[in-house]
Parts: sequence; structure tokens; C-alpha cells
Amino acid sequence: MILKELSDAFGVSGNEDDVRAIVLDAVRDHVDEVKIDAMGNVLAAKRGTGQDPMRVMLAAHMDEIGLMVIGHDDNGFLKVRSVGGIDPRLLPGTLFVVGPERIPGVVGVKPVHLLESGERKKVSKIEDLVIDVGAQSKDEAEKLAPLGTYATFATRFQELEATVSGKAFDDRAGCAVLVELLRGEPFTFDLHAAFTVQEEVGLRGARVAAYAIDPDCAFALEGTIADEIPKEKDVSPTTRLGKGPAITVMDRSFIADRRLVQLLIHTAEEQDIPYQIKQPGLGGTDAGAIHLAREGVPSATVAVPSRYIHSPVALLSLDDFDNTVRLMRKSLSRLTRDTLK
Amino acid sequence: MRDLIKKLVETYGPSGSEEQIRDAIRAEVEPLVDEVRVDALGSLIAHKKGDGQRLLLDAHMDEIGVMVTYVDEKGFARFTRIGGVNPLTCIGSRVAFEDGKVGVIGVEQKRDDADKIPKLEQLYVDVGATDREDSPVQVGDPAVFMRPFAAQGTRLIAKAMDDRIGCAVLVETLRRLEETPHDLYVVFAVQEEVGLRGARTSAYGIEPDVGIAVDVTGTGDTPESRPMAVKLGEGPAVKVQDSGMIAHPKVRRLLVERAEEAGIPYQLEVLARGTTDAAAVQLSRSGVPAGCLSIPCRYVHSPSEMVDENDVENGVRLLLEVLQNPL
Repeated sequence: MILKELSDAFGVSGNEDDVRAIVLDAVRDHVDEVKIDAMGNVLAAKRGTGQDPMRVMLAAHMDEIGLMVIGHDDNGFLKVRSVGGIDPRLLPGTLFVVGPERIPGVVGVKPVHLLESGERKKVSKIEDLVIDVGAQSKDEAEKLAPLGTYATFATRFQELEATVSGKAFDDRAGCAVLVELLRGEPFTFDLHAAFTVQEEVGLRGARVAAYAIDPDCAFALEGTIADEIPKEKDVSPTTRLGKGPAITVMDRSFIADRRLVQLLIHTAEEQDIPYQIKQPGLGGTDAGAIHLAREGVPSATVAVPSRYIHSPVALLSLDDFDNTVRLMRKSLSRLTRDTLK
Repeated sequence: MRDLIKKLVETYGPSGSEEQIRDAIRAEVEPLVDEVRVDALGSLIAHKKGDGQRLLLDAHMDEIGVMVTYVDEKGFARFTRIGGVNPLTCIGSRVAFEDGKVGVIGVEQKRDDADKIPKLEQLYVDVGATDREDSPVQVGDPAVFMRPFAAQGTRLIAKAMDDRIGCAVLVETLRRLEETPHDLYVVFAVQEEVGLRGARTSAYGIEPDVGIAVDVTGTGDTPESRPMAVKLGEGPAVKVQDSGMIAHPKVRRLLVERAEEAGIPYQLEVLARGTTDAAAVQLSRSGVPAGCLSIPCRYVHSPSEMVDENDVENGVRLLLEVLQNPL
């Protein structure tokens, strides 16, 4: 399963090489042209059947959140800072993989037996956490993991009952959807796929990819927050697991093009594909950068709902995944120049 | 011009849903220019051809509003903001959805700190539904504040003066403009209130030599207001700087000189918080000398924004001076 391969790959923002290699292998035989741009985005073009001169961009980001080594202490522990949005509450006791040699490490944590009263209620700041790779001295630590070394959650992909768990579903789920779309039949227009870098640190790869592609419209494919875990009040979930692909109307990074949102909704209703509207106002995706490229690009975002994103282990429903691929495929096969008139 | 202002401020058009206001403005400007087009993000661009330098004038046509995030079991709609919406001015307000449906904004009564300004999460829109199923609104539906236009003496009061008054100034300027030596592009931009987005992409497409935005600015003339030199009724304001832009000195000087030559009252503006489309135009491509002509406005981003008719009229006169003379 391509999702498993992608989820297990290491690719913290700025260090997407492993993911890039998997993506290249997965799409090479299904596209007409593929290149890596100056920032490291994979840009793959799949020619259309020629009826429509449109250029349609599909984007999914390859990078994931993680940690970077910023220092070493006298006892051989690695000091770190976060790359992208990490919640420090989730880190103590977590397994990481450090550097290109994949050295296993654990985020150090005081045993529960030794906690002083009051300590249990406190959350450690990231500055106070260290990764323990078993080094005995500062020298040894510096050799094992020099400054700037990346660390990635060590979580492996797992199939559960109706769901799968793993790390980095944000946005390897989107990457996997995009791979599936490229592997299918061509559309009437040219499809320009961008597997982007550095989304988690500010939508940076997508910005230059959209400039280069200069598309007529774009879709960002994502793994987004599902949070219908029990709450005290009757309040809104962002999205729900198992309820189908999530369509964005507005988030912090952009307002989706209404014509594209209508295309997605009409397609879902006609094809009987479940869908949900993501709670407006939350999060941001590559569409935030893409829609502002050059003279502007009508854009939309479609996402696979995923619980516990930005944590060591996330959960998604394969039905949602399949329905996201279906919704995109059916919507793209109905997309024409007239959609944007 | 009052009729035009009333029409523009009362038309629906929150950021991202500018179709109705765009149609209204299009109907006004189409007979006045050589060409009108809508760009990829939805901004309306009116082109009056000329041989001179390419001049971009901008006013944004979107307004702030709310968007439904959740309809609860009893049919009350929770919402988020579109642009800078203050909970303080929400309570008791009415909102209108695109198709005219009306909602009232209520506030949770049991709050831990009832003396404090409630958070947006503690407010809801009551659309008269009795449960989730019969609610006439859905997640993702946008709405704008409802408030009729009113005039009292020279003071004009309405929702969305920010920035329909700028749109009205530009339409009126085009109406009165006979000849201009410039190649004039008038942009009615989308999505300013959520981050100057429409102006950014329109400016890229037009590639202007000079850009001037027309937008509202705050004043320092109300009880216990933050210090600011701008006053209502003392003339349109020539922007020196705001928190997003330092106006190009040549554009600032151009506006000041034209005002002085023609004896038009004006004020200089330094705005501590807030910015305009000019900030996005300025940074387009390899950079554009940009400035802003501001209409002083009290209670910006409330449902009752107040401007002075004389400032509006003098804004039109000043723009005409700019357009009829060399840059």
C-alpha cells in the first residue's frame, strides 16, 4: 500500500529526500514529465486527452513535523527544537529516529516514581526536553547527531480494523491520494501534480511550485483534523472520521473558490459519495500559497479526515481515503473551462 | 452620490462571496470605461485606455461578516469571523445571508466571567430554527451585518463603509472623468479583509507604474479615542504610513500637491494599526510606488460606520485632479 510506504518514510520539512524517492518511483511510469525544482518539490505532468487546454494543479505536501538537534549537553543528551507545529505535551517518552543513520532515540522523561508533587501537573516546554540516543558524553553526542540533525517520530504504519494508524498522515494521506490519481486514466486537461516541500513551516514549496506551474485552478489534497472525540458540550467537530472527504470552505490561509466547492459538492451528491464540510476558520493548507500565485488561482482543498494529526500516531479510515480518491477523480472528470466561467 | 453610496453599502458581499456587489459595481462602471473584466480571484477590473503611465486605483468591494461553523441540535448556528469582527459589536446585531435569510446574534447567558467581553465561541446566530434538521442555514454559509443606510446632516452612517465608500469614490470619479492622460486601471478588489488577497493578484496581472488605494481610516476625534491626528470632516487623508506600508514619498507628495493646487482640504494620516490594499500593490512583482487616499471613518468594523459626505466629495475632487494632470 502506497500510504504505508509514504507514512513510514522520514521527511521532516527541509529534509524530504526519502519521501521524494518514494514518490518518484510511484509516479514515474504514469506521467509524461517529472522534475525536481529548486526547492525540492516534485513536479509531475500528466498530459490530458487534449479536449481542454486548461492546466490543473494538484498539490500534496511531502514534509512532516519533527525535531531538529540544536545542542548537546555534557551528559550526551540532545537538545532539540520543533520543526513545524508540535505539541510538547506529546513528546516525553516518545520514540524518535535521529539523523540519516536512523539512530533510535527516546525523548527523556523522569520516571513517575521520582516526580515531586506538582510536577505531574506541569507540561514540559520543548526547551526542557532532550532526546536520549545513549551517548555517554558531549563528544559522542556531537558525533552521532551534529547540530542541525533531524529527528522524526519512529512510529510504523499499522492496519487496524476499519482504520489504519501511522505517523505523518498530514500529509502523506494527500500524497497517496495524488499518487492514486496519477496512476489512473488521463483527464481532458493537463494535470500538474506538485508534491511539495516545507508546508509545515509556511507553505513554502507550494508557493514556488504554483508560480512555475501557472495553473488555471488548483486543488490541495490534505490529511486534516478529525476531532469528534467526546466533548462535554454540543460543539462543532472539525471533521468526523468515516463521514467522507472533507471539503474546505474557508480556513486561516484562504477562502475556497465557490465554483470549485460547488463542483465537489454536486459531484459527491450525484455519485453518492459521502462528504463533509470542514469546520470553517481552522488550519491552513498549500492552497493558501497557491491561490495567490501570479494573477491568482481559483483553489479548493479536499482532505482525508485523520485523528491525532501532528502527534506521534494518527488514525484514518480507509473508506474515507478511497472516497477522497473517488470524489477527486469524479470531480476532475467533470471539470471544464466552463466550471470557472 | 448618496443614492450610489446607499446602494453599494447595502449590497451583500463578504470576503469570498463578492458576486452580488461585483454585479452592482459592474453595472455602474461598464458604460464609463473601455473594458471591464473579472480576474481569476474575482476582482473587477475597469480599464480606461490611455497612452500615459499605467495607474492602478483600488478599492476593495468585500466586507467583513460571519460564517456558520456548526448548527447545534436545537438549530442555533455557531459562527466564525470573516475578517476583523469584534464580539462587542456582534451582540444584538442582525445578519443577512446571501439569499436574504435573517439571523439574530445572541450570547450564552451562563458565562464564568459575565462582566468580560464574551468570546466569539460564546455567541450564536438564531435563525428561528427549532432543531438542526429544520435549520435554513448550513455549515459554511456566509452572512453580513444588516443595517440600513442613514444620513444626518453631512454624516453618512452604514455597515460596510469599509470599503464601499472607496468603491463609491472610484465610481463617482469615473462618472465625472472626461479625459485622462494615464492608462487607467480601476480595481474593485476581493478579499481585502482576510489579507489583501485580491489586490495582490490583480496588481500582479496589471503590472502598474503607480498604485493608489482608496480605503477608510480611523479617526482620533471621538471620546477617549486613541491618539490620531485624523478628524471626520477635515478632508480626505493622504496616508503617510500604516502598520503594513510606508507610502512612497512621491505618491504622497503627488496627492498633497494636487490638493494644495486645487484648494482641496486634506489631512495627513499615520495609522498605528491596520493597512490597505496599497500594501499588497506596493510589493507586487519588482515593486510599485504606492500610496493611499483615505476617507476618515468612525467605528470601523462595526455595523455602523460613519463618514462625512464632504470628505467623500473632496476625495473625488482630489482623485480627479490626479487623473487629469500628469503624474
